[in-house]
Amino acid sequence: MSIFSKYEGLASALSAVTAGGGRNPFNVVIEKPISSTVGLIEGRETLLFGTNNYLGLSQSPSAIEAAVEAARAYGVGTTGSRIANGTQGLHRQLEERLCAFFRRRHAMVFSTGYQANLGTISALAGKDDYLLLDADSHASIYDGSRLGHAQVIRFRHNDADDLHKRLRRLDGTPGAKLVVVEGIYSMMGDVVPMAEFAAVKRETGAWLLADEAHSVGVMGEHGRGVAEADGVEDDVDFVVGTFSKSLGTVGGYCVSNHDGLDLIRLCSRPYMFTASLPPEVIAATMAALTELENRPELRVRLMDNARRLHAGLQAAGLRTGPQASPVVSVILDDVAVAVAFWNRLLDLGVYVNLSLPPATPDQHPLLRTSVMATHTPEQIDRAVEIFAVVAGEMGINRAA
Amino acid sequence: MSETVASVSALIVKTLLANPKVPRDINGSSKIVEDLAFDSLAVMNFVMEIEDTLDVSVPLDRLADIRTIDDLAACIVSLKQAS
Repeated sequence: MSIFSKYEGLASALSAVTAGGGRNPFNVVIEKPISSTVGLIEGRETLLFGTNNYLGLSQSPSAIEAAVEAARAYGVGTTGSRIANGTQGLHRQLEERLCAFFRRRHAMVFSTGYQANLGTISALAGKDDYLLLDADSHASIYDGSRLGHAQVIRFRHNDADDLHKRLRRLDGTPGAKLVVVEGIYSMMGDVVPMAEFAAVKRETGAWLLADEAHSVGVMGEHGRGVAEADGVEDDVDFVVGTFSKSLGTVGGYCVSNHDGLDLIRLCSRPYMFTASLPPEVIAATMAALTELENRPELRVRLMDNARRLHAGLQAAGLRTGPQASPVVSVILDDVAVAVAFWNRLLDLGVYVNLSLPPATPDQHPLLRTSVMATHTPEQIDRAVEIFAVVAGEMGINRAA
Repeated sequence: MSETVASVSALIVKTLLANPKVPRDINGSSKIVEDLAFDSLAVMNFVMEIEDTLDVSVPLDRLADIRTIDDLAACIVSLKQAS
């Protein structure tokens, strides 16, 4: 028996997706980014509507220059963990910059956003504690809960009353209760009602961790995310985030006002047992953060673009999530239709993400798009037009 | 309230049968993943429904040891008794 026998179901699901000569949607190669919004795929210039590069900063000239200078000055890697030889002056500088940006006393930088959730959640919620997770949490949050030893309870998606009910059931139970929510949920782009969760946290004495991976640089007057937009930053004990969305690089972080955060450096395995970020990434991230702070107009343009895409797809007769946010997903009913739709979009020059159950809420396949501040109105209109053409070809546009 | 494994098991079967996709011949010894063809997400979502009906929270780590409907019923009864 092969060690891979257990994946026979997966193999047949993948065969079904690629049947009839379709592409493997999980193996798309962007041969070369031409700009933040256009990439070369299969030798053709393709509109990028699925990169999470919300502010377009992966191609920021100032970040590129900072990376080049840092690589020349410091080399291309640290070859060590943060707790050994992997903390250089630049890492400390970035942590200080994050403290200033978020107005928090402590910051920890991780090598990826995935590890930031893994490392923070697994270390904060110990054996005798409870973790309360939104049912639609990202895989990194679920995986963090498995790496730790806390008891894990799910509450209904974005439902603060349901959380309250589950916390009430734990009344009188010893152990800390850590609630984890996301600012913007990555599949449907729906925004957390953070003020409602903050109220439950205050009433019950639970701790609140907000993963603002998709909302930092996107929401709030200064771009600090949904907690800022809702005026409840003081109620959020820990903010976790990533550099690989609005900041355009790679890496993750946790910021907090709790002095205990520094102790987490000595017990968070995903922080301790991996190499730290290389100098050029740290330098590029700091340059991108400067840009995020100094160019609030990017956030305005991003939300204008999000509304334009959301409204355009709805007008084309497609079913989308309820809110216009930088993640706009088209919801379909059938996996085979979603796969064919996705292939046809790419044929016609638009790249989006194909998201399949069980990674999606409610078992629906999604054509997940993400919008950028750097998309032009013409690019958005062109993408909508191509969506409408394919929907027409496939006979699935409801209103048109 | 004094739920027994049998009464909770019956309630679970009744809740499951409300879903037309679930085979009609299930009983307490039916295996949740194999016999009902539920994936991990479907199991978690289904357990959430039962939690609401019985006003109990089943921690996810407890689900790892549950194979049959009766196993789930026994777990819920023990959680209710502990609380």
